[in-house]
Amino acid sequence: MAKNILVFIEQRNGQIKKSSFEAVKIAADFANKLSSQAEAICIGNDVEGLDTIGGYGINKVTHYKNTDLANYSNSAYADLLAKHAEETGSDVLIFSNSAMGKDLAPLTAVKINAGIAVDCTNFEFEGENVKALRPVYAGKALINVNVNGDKKIFTIRPNVFKPGEPTGDKAEVNVVEVSDPKLNCKVVELKKSADKLDVAEADIIVSGGRGLKEPDNFKLVEELAAQLGAAVGASRAVVDAGWRPHNEQVGQTGKTVSPTLYVALGISGAIQHLAGMRSSKYIVAINKDKDAPIFQVADYGIAGDVFEVVPALIEELKK
Amino acid sequence: MKIVVCVSHVPDTATKIVVGSDNKTIDANGVTYVLNPYDEIAVEEALKTKEAQGGDVVVVSVGPDNNKESIRKALAMGADSGVLLKDDNYRDSVGVAKALAEEIKAQDAQIVFFGKQSVDYDNSIVGQLTAEMLGYNCVSVAVDLKLDGEKITAEREIEGGREVIETSLPAVITCQKGLNEPRYAALKGIMAAKRKTIEEKDAAVSENSVEILEMKKPAPKEPGKIVGTDSSAVPELVRLLKEEAKVI
Repeated sequence: MAKNILVFIEQRNGQIKKSSFEAVKIAADFANKLSSQAEAICIGNDVEGLDTIGGYGINKVTHYKNTDLANYSNSAYADLLAKHAEETGSDVLIFSNSAMGKDLAPLTAVKINAGIAVDCTNFEFEGENVKALRPVYAGKALINVNVNGDKKIFTIRPNVFKPGEPTGDKAEVNVVEVSDPKLNCKVVELKKSADKLDVAEADIIVSGGRGLKEPDNFKLVEELAAQLGAAVGASRAVVDAGWRPHNEQVGQTGKTVSPTLYVALGISGAIQHLAGMRSSKYIVAINKDKDAPIFQVADYGIAGDVFEVVPALIEELKK
Repeated sequence: MKIVVCVSHVPDTATKIVVGSDNKTIDANGVTYVLNPYDEIAVEEALKTKEAQGGDVVVVSVGPDNNKESIRKALAMGADSGVLLKDDNYRDSVGVAKALAEEIKAQDAQIVFFGKQSVDYDNSIVGQLTAEMLGYNCVSVAVDLKLDGEKITAEREIEGGREVIETSLPAVITCQKGLNEPRYAALKGIMAAKRKTIEEKDAAVSENSVEILEMKKPAPKEPGKIVGTDSSAVPELVRLLKEEAKVI
């Protein structure tokens, strides 16, 4: 029987990450289904709007505060999390499977001796048991897992669980001033990639592949992405060729994404690429080879020349 | 300096996954297994560290006998020796990390490299779990790494940017694409690898906390619509996205 559910709220630069609201909603669902309590923890210095998580179903949050905690430190954060989990008797912990969550959840799991299932995309409740679904082999297969033992940690894939509209309820925020955080491993600087949206977080992604023929032609991908407010992605072929940076690669050895809309330009659809994007809600493919595998997963396709179709698409969207 | 690199032996990424008759794991028939792609980056970083600092690179893997193929590949790239922690059964991430932590402790390694994730179960947590079990510092998803004595300056990839991290040895680093370009194993290396030793011992196994109940394939997608073959189809495509899918 779950006694207490604890959800980790991630902040960067004092702003709560969108994926944390998804985690809050899941934690509230857990509490509801398992007839137990749920609360939240946030670690940082000044954090804006922590009480707004009340709108997603959790009415209590503890904010561990120190100027040295403004930036992420996995050693300090895991230490505070484990202590807080122990003090509150929390036996189920929920994180977003974000860059920070992926790093922090396993460290915490060892500290509190919990089993851990990561990157979950669905949960089923049977009495007090929670069955978690998660993709493996980059989504080529799915597994249902049980986490046995007294303590459990689940991380949830960003962008899968929609938190819905907040109710306007406010959570009670308890601030705990931290003295002497364990800063053995500490972020000293954040480098943003030039105001570009990241494929891992974007709601719309426009990706390009070898069908664009040369690196300069990626400006078509960038223009369409700008028109749609989308992030730019790339296939492994063009990343390996050095046309695009690694952090744009979508697929089995890149990022697995599930945006609302995925637009594939000049991408034939190698099995590794399809695995990384097939769970997108809607897929559009523009490729001149009508037999390309990408059309097997596309909802809408134009089997035509990207150099002729994409400029027309950009113009049509401007109307 | 003692350098350990932990590797896994995984189906090649081109593999079409078929669920096995146990409905819990894949059908391994006809599947080609390779050194996990991210672990190649880890091996390269271990070798670069050895070249800069001196020391020995030991390759460690947990799994069945076949894992020796991937250990052998790392040896061909230039690692000095290998250890296979034998385990023929499914082991969850915590179980793998426990076996590795015990061996790393015995090796007294100062720096340990992992790939940031294995492309089979995609957990991407074994490095972090191992670090915490050992009480080592941990940088995951590293795309840049500088060692200066005990001091480590690393960059890790996050959404929309990078974090610059300062920490110190002993440490676990999990490696992401972009950190380096893994070298090819030259013929000379492949020949030399045949003479290098792979020690075999039973893995320190523990009960799995994550139990696989069932493996299945994702539901097939309904075939989509080919709207047209040139730009004359664009207005219809935009209409579908606006009115049917309601995504723009």
